[in-house]
Amino acid sequence: MSIKGKACIAGIYEHPTRLAPDKSVAELHAEVAAGALADAGIVKADVDGYFCAGDAPGLGGLSMIDYLGLKVRHVDSTETGGSSYIVHVAHAAEAIAAGHCSVALITLAGRPRSEGSSGLQPRFYGAAAPDAAFEQPYGPATVNMYAMVAMRHMYEFGTTSEQLAWIKVAASHHAQHNPQAMLRDLVTVKDVLDSPMIADPLHRLDCCVVSDGGGALVVTRPEIARELKKPLVRVIGAGEAVKGQSGGKLDLTQSASAWSGAAAFAEAGVGPGDIRYASIYDSFTITVLVQLEDLGFCAKGEGGRFVADGGLISGSGRLAVNTDGGGLCNNHPGNRGGMTKVIEAVRQLRGEAHPAVQMKDCALALANGTGGQLGSRHGGATLILERT
Amino acid sequence: MNIPSPAINPENKPFFDAAREGRLLIKRCLACGERHYYPRAHCPFCGSQRTEWIETPGHGRIYSFSVMRRVAEPYAIAYVTLDEGVSMLTNLVDCDFDRLKIGAPVRVVFRSAAGGEAIPIFTPL
Repeated sequence: MSIKGKACIAGIYEHPTRLAPDKSVAELHAEVAAGALADAGIVKADVDGYFCAGDAPGLGGLSMIDYLGLKVRHVDSTETGGSSYIVHVAHAAEAIAAGHCSVALITLAGRPRSEGSSGLQPRFYGAAAPDAAFEQPYGPATVNMYAMVAMRHMYEFGTTSEQLAWIKVAASHHAQHNPQAMLRDLVTVKDVLDSPMIADPLHRLDCCVVSDGGGALVVTRPEIARELKKPLVRVIGAGEAVKGQSGGKLDLTQSASAWSGAAAFAEAGVGPGDIRYASIYDSFTITVLVQLEDLGFCAKGEGGRFVADGGLISGSGRLAVNTDGGGLCNNHPGNRGGMTKVIEAVRQLRGEAHPAVQMKDCALALANGTGGQLGSRHGGATLILERT
Repeated sequence: MNIPSPAINPENKPFFDAAREGRLLIKRCLACGERHYYPRAHCPFCGSQRTEWIETPGHGRIYSFSVMRRVAEPYAIAYVTLDEGVSMLTNLVDCDFDRLKIGAPVRVVFRSAAGGEAIPIFTPL
């Protein structure tokens, strides 16, 4: 069974806040849920499937379903870090195709900015994590684990800091048009290289923002979506994968997206050359570069040349990427970027992106996410969406 | 350098007992012969539960590294590939952080964590 064409993304909502000290995380979940349902034109009583990940407070979906006042016949709390929400869309499509639900609600929210979170702090997933004793003593934070991927990529392929900087430059070109973006100033390659070194070779401007907020999606059957006011955005391909340290046979320059991307393209029956807009998770500049290669937009090792000289700028570049300004400039709610990746891809397909960055007649889009740590163990998730 | 104590459990205790004696252990599968790291009771390649601890002299090369600069006490995190072919997450110490290079030879040394446990760490030769 394929999910191709079996489900549509009918509702999207990105919370406008970037700093929410006066709201609870659950409250933000409720606000984005309401926003996505209003966008779709669907009432809460029609929701019969709910999806959330590790950012949801309490006991997975149980706490949130009770809090939101939902009555569902399908629940899924798959946790693959920041890529979770891309996986959730695929799982929602599967559940809809199987007849297990008709209207799926997916929510994300978090307040890392209010809570003082940053990528400098070592991440700890609990003493019982099987890797904990062999890693926690060494100070694995978010930024230095991604930095090691960048360092290795530079060593193997000659990728440069200037090339990585172009990814941030493209994001800033898009963010200048987004009134809700945290960082709206245009930056240059020199600005990125002159920003403080955080963890070699990643500078401050190679890193995404830390923001409070959230987002939500409504996924439903095509027969229901057709009755609504929004353009029809179908899920036509999906893939998910997990990659770790491979028992010590390390290969840091290839991510799980090589596998999730191949599966999604095969299901959709299209290839990288057919895609003109892509949302690519940008926790760091290097994250984008590795995914572009793994998805087949260029060969492994060619990512630096692909992104350089404005390669990712909408309209003038080789491939329009993250036209909302992405995590690098716009928003990274809950330290999890998968949700906003789906939202901007849907905006592009609907023609709802900012006119300055909207791709002309965008009928096919890709959203890709990574979750966890690219430098140790991570998830990869790919969605291919089509406007019909 | 302030090293957090490792979360020791029955599965990984032999590793830290050996570290206290200045010995670095990895795992080898008795069924397929593959070595692996981080050490597990089973083999992550073939799934066999018959694995043994083997001692390594602790020589290898830097696979990748990054110096965390924007913290009170900068430190170098790294993956080191041992001569036995497995890579391990570690720190690099007793070195000039600005002269670190991927591919450079390193050897194991041991440092004490907060609770007195011995932790393998590497230093360039």
